[in-house]
Amino acid sequence: MATIEAHAPAHAHAGPARPTGIRDWLSTVDHKKIGLLYGVTALFFFLVGGIEALLIRIQLAKPENAFINPDLYNQIFTMHGTTMVFLVGMPIAVAMFNYFVPLQIGARDVAFPRLNALSYWIFLFGAIFMNMSFLFGAAPNGGWFGYANLSSTQYSPGLNMDFWGLGLQILGVASIMGGVNFITTIINMRAPGMRMMRVPLFSWMALVTSFLMITALPVLAVALFLMTFDRFWGTRFFDVAAGGDPVIWQHLFWMFGHPEVYILILPAFGIVSEIIPTNSRKPLFGYAVMVYSGVLIGIIGWGVWAHHMFATGMGPIADAFFTISTMIIAIPTGVKIFNWVATMWGGKIRFNTAMLYAVGMVATFTIGGISGVMHATSPHNLQQTDTYFVVAHFHYVLVGGLILAIFGSFYHWFPKITGRMMDERLGKANFWIYFIGFNLTFMPMHWIGLLGMPRRIFTYGSDLNLAGLNQLATAGAFIQAIGVILLVVNIVKSAKRGVKAGPNPWGAATLEWATESPPREYNFAKIPTVHSREPLWVEAEQIERDARGEPEPMHMPPNSYWPLFTAVGVTLTCVLFMAPSWWEPLIGLAWTFIGVVNWAYEPT
Amino acid sequence: MAQTDAHALHPPTSTGLNTWKLGFWVFLSSETLFFGSFIATYMVYKSASVVGPFPTEILDIPLTSISTFVLLMSSLAVVVGLDGIQKGKRKQALAGLFTTVLLGALFLGFQAYEFTHFYHAGLTLQTNLFGSSFFILTGFHGAHVSIGIIWLFILFMDILRGPMVPEKHALQVEVAGLYWHFVDIVWIVIFTLIYLLA
Ligand code: HEM
Ligand SMILES: [Cu+2]
Repeated sequence: MATIEAHAPAHAHAGPARPTGIRDWLSTVDHKKIGLLYGVTALFFFLVGGIEALLIRIQLAKPENAFINPDLYNQIFTMHGTTMVFLVGMPIAVAMFNYFVPLQIGARDVAFPRLNALSYWIFLFGAIFMNMSFLFGAAPNGGWFGYANLSSTQYSPGLNMDFWGLGLQILGVASIMGGVNFITTIINMRAPGMRMMRVPLFSWMALVTSFLMITALPVLAVALFLMTFDRFWGTRFFDVAAGGDPVIWQHLFWMFGHPEVYILILPAFGIVSEIIPTNSRKPLFGYAVMVYSGVLIGIIGWGVWAHHMFATGMGPIADAFFTISTMIIAIPTGVKIFNWVATMWGGKIRFNTAMLYAVGMVATFTIGGISGVMHATSPHNLQQTDTYFVVAHFHYVLVGGLILAIFGSFYHWFPKITGRMMDERLGKANFWIYFIGFNLTFMPMHWIGLLGMPRRIFTYGSDLNLAGLNQLATAGAFIQAIGVILLVVNIVKSAKRGVKAGPNPWGAATLEWATESPPREYNFAKIPTVHSREPLWVEAEQIERDARGEPEPMHMPPNSYWPLFTAVGVTLTCVLFMAPSWWEPLIGLAWTFIGVVNWAYEPT
Repeated sequence: MAQTDAHALHPPTSTGLNTWKLGFWVFLSSETLFFGSFIATYMVYKSASVVGPFPTEILDIPLTSISTFVLLMSSLAVVVGLDGIQKGKRKQALAGLFTTVLLGALFLGFQAYEFTHFYHAGLTLQTNLFGSSFFILTGFHGAHVSIGIIWLFILFMDILRGPMVPEKHALQVEVAGLYWHFVDIVWIVIFTLIYLLA
């Protein structure tokens, strides 16, 4: 048992000393370090997905282009979508949850620190596995939704979709474990006095997101099992000749896929709900309504999956039902937008880079929401589905909603993580260039779509008058790339040479700002007791004394290599399903078993 | 698993519930969706096969009723075992856990018998949609039972070899027991939907 005694520096323990350097990173169970690992990995894959997007845009810059052949094009757009959703959107939100949820609710760590490390390693190996497919010239090529029968061996004979099915299976395991961990943490590890209705909005959205993760990903797992069994062991779940039904795949996939959209966007709502009040210097308007609408979005989000399937011919009654239920989601979402605006109303607004990103997010997300409502009407949908109108819509939501909020959160929370401020001048340049590039890329796609250009098509005829708009979109994509480079430059530069930040540079209200920047290993010297929703605005003195005073005796879990070991086993099991005989996966299972048993008997 | 000795240094939980138990409940709710999706798939596909054998020709309700009963009794046994630990009765604890493991293994034996029987009757994973969805659903259930058996067996050995530490072992067996009951309930749903409503 490792106990930090009062006065002792963080690395001195009664138990074995913490390893340093790379060995510390391989065995860490500290939520802040795991958050950093998640964040850096996700940022790396954002660059990968971005390069894929640029390749797509280069190919589409002029009609009848021969830069990328059709087969490679399929691989690149499939991997772009898969990467952005599973290797960027989800993990970058999880990175933020990891770092800030325990700090915001006044806990020393997440509920299950070693499980947390296991989630990260499984995620990393799954991501690497998925991208290894490029080395075999066999990257997934059936779209990020893997529709049956496109994904059956008949139409996708190579290894491509095997990589996809197994890779997503691995990634799903990581997300479910992460979800279980965050739910338990938020429900059970809040500081004294932190009632549920005092939990900061960001942590609330982490809770709803986690619920969606633990409910949606098992459904994906089942869908993937059916597909994998079809491909490996000759079952015929989606083969019409055997009585199978490809639409079952769509139901299962979208029962996962629609909640997934909210898994991606709710964290962004949470981030914006932290940045806007802080920089308006006013409490969030309608806190309770914000919480309830978030929960409501999570619940209704579950019931509307089939609006992705209007074109499969479900019949008028089902179409009408899913049109209306989808429209209903616009209500709590609209409430949120109204409350953000109302929070700013009459506030002393400070337009720093984080705030610019937050306001930019609200604006573009609204546009994406409107095109979404247009699209949710089944007759419109039949015209627009599988055209670039949809591509425009979901990028307004995913890039304009999620990515802008995430970039904003970098500026907002960077001082807490590194103890240094990011460069604001570079930041504003970064924001405007990215924001303009973003709109230039995706705004024209609305028209490209309405003019009839289908998505997932590797080129288009020169007689269609689509060249101009497509060139604009390509130019926009490159401007976005410049914005991203500026962001990365800013991060690297500020981490080394930024101005020292101090504990609370923005004068924010939530608990994470009571700790030192960066926070100590044990977060709070003494877990503070809170009496309000804005502890640092209402009762700062006592809270800061608890957070940064003399550390009380406490127990911190020691480092462990078993999460890493076990993650290798889980990944190996999935990978060995590609091996020729049935018994090879057993090696992976045995490895996992050894890991789990040693894990269970390790002192924590 | 040394959480008891460190207890004084851990702050109390917000809800008063033990974190392990809460986390496990959350995990089980996730598992519900997992089995729910497999069961839904089975229901959609059970009468979609274009060639036989069909469910009514092959499912053996009396035999499976016995194996279902065996599994139900194992849930009872785990409760007896847990009660033994909580009351500090080592013998009762060991007997309860051992019986659970034994009954669980017996259930798996029934399943193995059923699988081989079906195989010889011409029903495989590849034969038709009924076969595919039947084997995939009950197979994943069987895998869960196997994990439960290994888990409970390890706990059994732990108590057998060392002194029984009621505070520690009670929590461990309670969590494992939750899992066991869950797997049991899933089987009852499967039994009802697949066998009784065939
Ligand atoms: C940042 C610059 C980005 C650019 C320039 C870009 C560009 C594109 C383009 C042109 C397509 C259409 C490919 C086709 O249908 O042939 C596409 C598809 C897609 N993008 Fe992006 N994208 C970007 C960022 C993102 C982000 C951040 C996300 C999600 C978080 C995302 C998610 C997707 C998805 C899910 C698809 C559908 C892929 C498929 O049909 O399988 N994209 N992207
Ligand atoms: Cu949807």
